[in-house]
Amino acid sequence: MSAVLGTSGERALVCVRGVDKVFRRGDEVLRILHGLDLEVGRGEFLALMGPSGSGKSTLLNLIGGLDRPTRGEIMIGGERIDRLADRKLAEWRGRHVGLVFQFYNLLPVLSAQRNVELPLLLTPLARARRRRQAAIALSMVGLSHRVNHYPRQLSGGEQQRVGIARAIVTDPTLLLCDEPTGDLDRKSGDEILGLLQALNRDHGKTIIMVTHDPHASARATRVVHLDKGQLSAEATA
Amino acid sequence: MRFLPLIWSNILRKKARSVLTLLSILVAFLLYGYLCAVERALDQGVSLAGADRLLVRHRVSIGQVLPQSYLRRIAGIPGVRHVSHATWFGGIYRDPKNFFAQMAVMPEQYLHIYPEYLLPEAQREAWFRTRTGAIVGRRTAERFGWKVGDRIPLQATVWPKKGGEFHWEFDIVGIYDAADPGTDTTNFLLHYDYLDETRQYGRGLVGWYMVRVRDPKAAADVARRIDEEFRNAPTETKSETEGAFLAGWARQIGDITAIIAGILSAVFFTILLVAWNTMAQSVRERTEEWGVMKSMGFSNERVMMLVLGESCFLAVLGGCLGLATAWVMISRGDPTGGALPMFYFPRRDVFSGIAWALGLGLAAGILPAAEAMRLQIAEALRRT
Ligand SMILES: Nc1ncnc2c1ncn2[C@@H]1O[C@H](COP(=O)(O)OP(=O)(O)OP(=O)(O)O)[C@@H](O)[C@H]1O
Ligand SMILES: [Mg+2]
Repeated sequence: MSAVLGTSGERALVCVRGVDKVFRRGDEVLRILHGLDLEVGRGEFLALMGPSGSGKSTLLNLIGGLDRPTRGEIMIGGERIDRLADRKLAEWRGRHVGLVFQFYNLLPVLSAQRNVELPLLLTPLARARRRRQAAIALSMVGLSHRVNHYPRQLSGGEQQRVGIARAIVTDPTLLLCDEPTGDLDRKSGDEILGLLQALNRDHGKTIIMVTHDPHASARATRVVHLDKGQLSAEATA
Repeated sequence: MRFLPLIWSNILRKKARSVLTLLSILVAFLLYGYLCAVERALDQGVSLAGADRLLVRHRVSIGQVLPQSYLRRIAGIPGVRHVSHATWFGGIYRDPKNFFAQMAVMPEQYLHIYPEYLLPEAQREAWFRTRTGAIVGRRTAERFGWKVGDRIPLQATVWPKKGGEFHWEFDIVGIYDAADPGTDTTNFLLHYDYLDETRQYGRGLVGWYMVRVRDPKAAADVARRIDEEFRNAPTETKSETEGAFLAGWARQIGDITAIIAGILSAVFFTILLVAWNTMAQSVRERTEEWGVMKSMGFSNERVMMLVLGESCFLAVLGGCLGLATAWVMISRGDPTGGALPMFYFPRRDVFSGIAWALGLGLAAGILPAAEAMRLQIAEALRRT
């Protein structure tokens, strides 16, 4: 239990308590998470593993405020996000969460630069400031030479770097990555993992990463397993 | 405003589809603008008729003439401020296609009754002095490239000269402008005295009388008194306000207006379906993108505004291009070569056209926008 609840003594940034998530598909009732508890401390790099269909993405969505638990509490940075109204929750996501997806999910009609700038449109920043901030984020992922390229002109690894730049451009509290290397070859995947590790180590970003790949989870500071709706610490940790 | 580039990029996503939609909207608004001008041209005489003016014509028909001697008697009737007369000349300038109205009038009296005809002082004087002089409206002058000093030949159809000659010539001594855009500037006005002395027959006869009354509210009473005056005279009269005179014409126009409204409704309905379909497709093929945008903090309302912004942008852009094209075509002038003398694009119709375009954008976008707004993030992202 202590492994699941996180490093002792540290005040948890993410605090999930007694969460149930039930999906209804027609008459079928799917209980994906039940009574799930998790704490993640500030500055952790947590890898979330588990078999396909075990609910890893579902849990990540709950923590990112993209979906709501059927029961239980989700507290992040001291705020009960499961209780926020839709509009407040959207605002909260904009300020506190950066998301990285397996298939990058960049907007094909926007250049790398403008994809990264997109979340900043919701801030009061003026155009020049937005551009500068996007340029900084792109340089942090090593893509300063590709700012005007469109997603279809970039390799998978490069697209994922743009995805990471977009996730960090608002300087969020929490970086959530759902199989960020799942669609990449080993070399590009390693580069992405190195980047996440650096963000965690050098910039103190708290990261939760879903992965199937033991090679990837090895880069994390802690690994948890999700199975049958419950979490357990890595057996070999 | 900061979302405009995003909206524009999304419109450019499927260029062919956007261009086709834009073109259909453009054509619809081109048609709208053009039909507005036609309707306005038909409607013009009625809405702008001077409420203080009466037309006095032959009781039986406008084609029949009245004695010139009525002028004095009408002038003596209480409530009459000015009276004058006009006679249809009906000449042909080179080709019957070149139609424009020509009337023989008493220059000084005429300008008193129609103060909306603007003529420089020197040209007024010249007209009053010159027996063969004529003034012409700006539109007709520009249509044929006439200038002051030109001598214009007209082939008579009604009034031959003494000796049976049909060839008349008039000197342009003035070109008049209109005080407001509704005033007809196609007329050609010549001296009645010259006509009367030179024509072979019809001496002392005039086409109709125009009366300006002292009080517009009493116009109907004055009309009744005039007709009373000539009851049982050899030639009886029928007097009505200019508005009523044109109302018969207007009733026929009313049918045309209804047809135009019908055509436009059908066109707008079709275009609504086209634009709606475009927006619905465009929203649906971007399901994951809406999910991603919401995940990074775009609220449901903002997403809805973005979709509406896209459809309104498309509709207003297409609408404005269509209206501008209509403007260009309309300002080339009357397409019938004379039958619609007041052919222009009223500003009011331009603005309501833009409002229609905006309404079209909202109507076409509202359901797709609601769909994008309702999308659940987790659902949208699972469709990858
Ligand atoms: N909106 C939904 N409606 C119905 N069922 C859902 C919904 N979302 C997820 N599920 C189901 O919940 C289960 C867990 O899904 P989830 O995507 O969280 O799994 P996962 O652990 O991320 O799997 P993978 O490793 O394949 O990505 C699956 O069986 C899935 O079909
Ligand atoms: Mg998953």
